[in-house]
Amino acid sequence: MNGVHDLGGTDGLGPVPVEENEPVWHAEWEKAAFGMFSMPFRAGFFGVDQFRYGIEQMHPAIYLLSPYYEHWAHAAEHYGVEKGVLDPAEIEERTRFYLENPDAPLPERSDPDLMGFVDAAVKHGAPARRESTAEPKFAVGDRVTVVDTSPRGHTRKARYVRGKTGVIEMAHGTFIYPDSAGNGEGDDPQHVYTVKFTNSELWGAEAAEPNGVVYFDVWEPYIVPASERGAAA
Amino acid sequence: MTTTPINPPKVATQEEIAARVKALEAIMIEKGIMTPAAVDRLAEIYENEVGPQLGASVVAKAWVDPEYRARLLEDATSACAELGIGGLQGEDMVVVENTDGVHNVITCTLCSCYPWPVLGLPPNWYKGPQYRARIVREPRKVLREDFGLDIPDSVEIRVWDSSSEMRYWVLPRRPAGTEDLDEKALAALVTRDSMIGTGIPRSP
Repeated sequence: MNGVHDLGGTDGLGPVPVEENEPVWHAEWEKAAFGMFSMPFRAGFFGVDQFRYGIEQMHPAIYLLSPYYEHWAHAAEHYGVEKGVLDPAEIEERTRFYLENPDAPLPERSDPDLMGFVDAAVKHGAPARRESTAEPKFAVGDRVTVVDTSPRGHTRKARYVRGKTGVIEMAHGTFIYPDSAGNGEGDDPQHVYTVKFTNSELWGAEAAEPNGVVYFDVWEPYIVPASERGAAA
Repeated sequence: MTTTPINPPKVATQEEIAARVKALEAIMIEKGIMTPAAVDRLAEIYENEVGPQLGASVVAKAWVDPEYRARLLEDATSACAELGIGGLQGEDMVVVENTDGVHNVITCTLCSCYPWPVLGLPPNWYKGPQYRARIVREPRKVLREDFGLDIPDSVEIRVWDSSSEMRYWVLPRRPAGTEDLDEKALAALVTRDSMIGTGIPRSP
């Protein structure tokens, strides 16, 4: 989707708000919101690509203005409701309750398996690498152009690289394809490459800063040989 | 002529967000999905155990051990695993090296991808719209004006946009005058920002 989350190259947002000696947590609720990726993931709400797509479907103004971890709670709510596990009316009712009784306790429950999962997930992660028998269509050194289309649904094909030509610098093997998995359609593993773009290719010679490049990772369906650029236009 | 905003959105207050998150947590506790203890444990890990001190130990080792440095640049995931470092959001890591002629900086323009096992959770500015929008378009200006890091035009700036599950991070240059320092003292000079690329290590 052509969403506001796709920020690369957006102008007018102002200076970077750097906070000196920033704490890991800015509020207690952030800890619970942070838990709303790994634990609902374990419960089958979403994979990481769907989780990102859930965030991308926030209202664009709220996306830009809200504190970061609210995005995570939003994604958990989005998929919990979609799966029928969370009831929207109950969420509203409970929210009103905790707004009026902010110090009211949470329900009590202990779960040794979940505690074990938390430590194991941090230690081992959730690799996105997937086996595939598909031969890579491209190799390091190839000049490629990013396909200039605007897919609906989740994609990692950022707008600022669409239609741009660069050189493959690394080939990483096959990984879950976000344009499939993020839309609930399975892993569909694809080769991933790192493509190097010059600043002038991305922004035009006049606007580009001197002596710089941007590296952007693409899945194989995002790119075509650079020579096809004219044919595609 | 006046304009009417379309569905003007309401930004929630901290109190409203806290109440909604608590409501979601309460329901998910009852549904067997979350527990308060698991929330606290996960938060504690990234507050006290997994943070930039781990990346700093990797950098310091690479500075004193050329063979380790070569392995780190060849396969960062394995080289970090040698030190017991790795896991969530660092399943496939790539370390990029700063040199006299190259300065690297990482970002994620589409969300907030960041190498958690070596840097911990990202600071808010890394996840916010300003940095993500500008660092690919005007990195030299952002580094100079927002981070006080002046990179001369003779040095190439390489921006790594973490659009896939590869997690990039920076091996900064060893500061001058540190020949006599041991690995532990060197690690104390390595800042989080020097491994993002928005800073350089401290001088001794």
